[in-house]
Amino acid sequence: MAITSIKNLKEFSTNNDRFEGAHTLCPGCAHSMIVRELMNCTDDNLVIAANTGCLEVSTAVYPFTSWDTSWIHIGFENAATAVTGSEAMYRARKKKGTLKDPNAPVKFVAFGGDGSTYDIGFQWLSGAMERGHDFTYICLDNENYANTGGQRSSSTPIGATTSTAQAGSASYGKKEKKKDIVAIMAAHGAPYVAQLAPNKWKSMAKGFQTALETEGPCFINTVSACCTEWRFDPKDTIHITDLATDTLMFPIYEIINGHELNILYRPKNVVPVEEYLNAQGRYKHLFKPENKHVIEKIQSDINEYWDKLQRREEARI
Amino acid sequence: MSKGILAVDNRGKRELGADKLVGWDEVTQGIVLTSFEGDAANIASLKAEERTYSDFNSYTATVASWRVIKPIYNRDICIDCQNCWVWCPDSSIISRDKQMLGIDYDHCKGCQVCVEVCPTNPKSLLMFVEAEEIETALAQWPEKKKN
Ligand SMILES: Cc1ncc(C[n+]2csc(CCOP(=O)(O)OP(=O)(O)O)c2C)c(N)n1
Ligand code: SF4
Ligand code: SF4
Ligand code: SF4
Ligand SMILES: [Mg+2]
Repeated sequence: MAITSIKNLKEFSTNNDRFEGAHTLCPGCAHSMIVRELMNCTDDNLVIAANTGCLEVSTAVYPFTSWDTSWIHIGFENAATAVTGSEAMYRARKKKGTLKDPNAPVKFVAFGGDGSTYDIGFQWLSGAMERGHDFTYICLDNENYANTGGQRSSSTPIGATTSTAQAGSASYGKKEKKKDIVAIMAAHGAPYVAQLAPNKWKSMAKGFQTALETEGPCFINTVSACCTEWRFDPKDTIHITDLATDTLMFPIYEIINGHELNILYRPKNVVPVEEYLNAQGRYKHLFKPENKHVIEKIQSDINEYWDKLQRREEARI
Repeated sequence: MSKGILAVDNRGKRELGADKLVGWDEVTQGIVLTSFEGDAANIASLKAEERTYSDFNSYTATVASWRVIKPIYNRDICIDCQNCWVWCPDSSIISRDKQMLGIDYDHCKGCQVCVEVCPTNPKSLLMFVEAEEIETALAQWPEKKKN
């Protein structure tokens, strides 16, 4: 296994990029920060599949590809199916002795947005996890169907306005809670599950490397700040992600074998969630007096979840 | 920045989206594009300037026309921390042997993320209007801020 050194950024930067520029993701899009990091944290050959979404349409603009690896796209919902099918074939051919270079290290990775992961590709993902293939699934969680104009998904948090759950005089935006995909994936008994963020580049690279090295199905949810739909200035992608991790809106943690939970980042000063909400246009309406209760609800949900994570970490259950 | 880093014959000639757009019904189903000419088995061990990119690789295309402002790099202040390298969403920070060398203006979209994450005082990267000359920009670089 050719793992790249992530001791410090200088060493990490000696890697040769395998995700090329002149893709058409928005300026400042976090999707590409996450994908670059995955591809830079290993030298192994990669077989990558992508669900439909911003990443896929922006990196395969005919007649161009931005991928310096094997890359496949079939449909919205089935990157997990495509990549685990490839993995099954690879194993079969290895057994039959029909591979050109049977010892070349290969890793199988699927990327999906939250729309395709939490909703439309959920059953395909669950099936691939249950069958136990040796692959890593990475969700680029920007909490909406960004590529089609910002519809709500089951990952959209309470209170965010989206094109299909709009805030206005009769509504404060989405009313339902964000689905806990990390817990659901851990409940599949997967050997490695984590939630990571690109502002914490080191824990993200380490988590990616662990997932790639771990035999069996691994799942990683990554926080992917979307300047276009979250409505902030593209230059602030890392700042907004800092607020996401420091308010504990997105806690950074891993779950090993379904029960060993480790918190990977404890903010020195936990920031009140208002600061995170106030920095994004999608939450602007929450600062009207009649919506104060929504902010209070978001904060109390965060506190409750953080408490639960700490208790799970201690109890190892 | 040495020109050699960017020297690939087929690079930067085509603007993304400038060719006639291919209709969805004109694309052959199940198309395969190859990213490189010849064997790509050890591509991770080759630097960009050592690779033979095919015309299909977006590395050979440019999105420079997306920009209205651009980052300019000041080598004199840079501490080679590589923050800009790890967070540039467009693979446009050129680093070799732990050193930041400059910006790939064919792929940079001018998002300003690199400027925001640069920790030096004054910053080693600043945004200027697209037409600004690098020499004039460097000549008007701000002094160290005291707080
Ligand atoms: C089966 C199917 N349903 C709907 C679509 C239309 N569609 C394409 S991309 C997209 C949104 C993707 O959202 P998400 O998975 O969150 O990725 P993002 O674009 O946000 O990164 C939708 C709805 C489709 N291509 N296929
Ligand atoms: S809409 Fe959001 S996720 Fe899609 S490319 Fe733009 S910033 Fe990235
Ligand atoms: S402005 Fe954006 S795209 Fe250009 S080099 Fe800086 S981070 Fe990269
Ligand atoms: S972030 Fe600033 S100091 Fe660090 S390598 Fe880039 S230009 Fe140099
Ligand atoms: Mg999404």
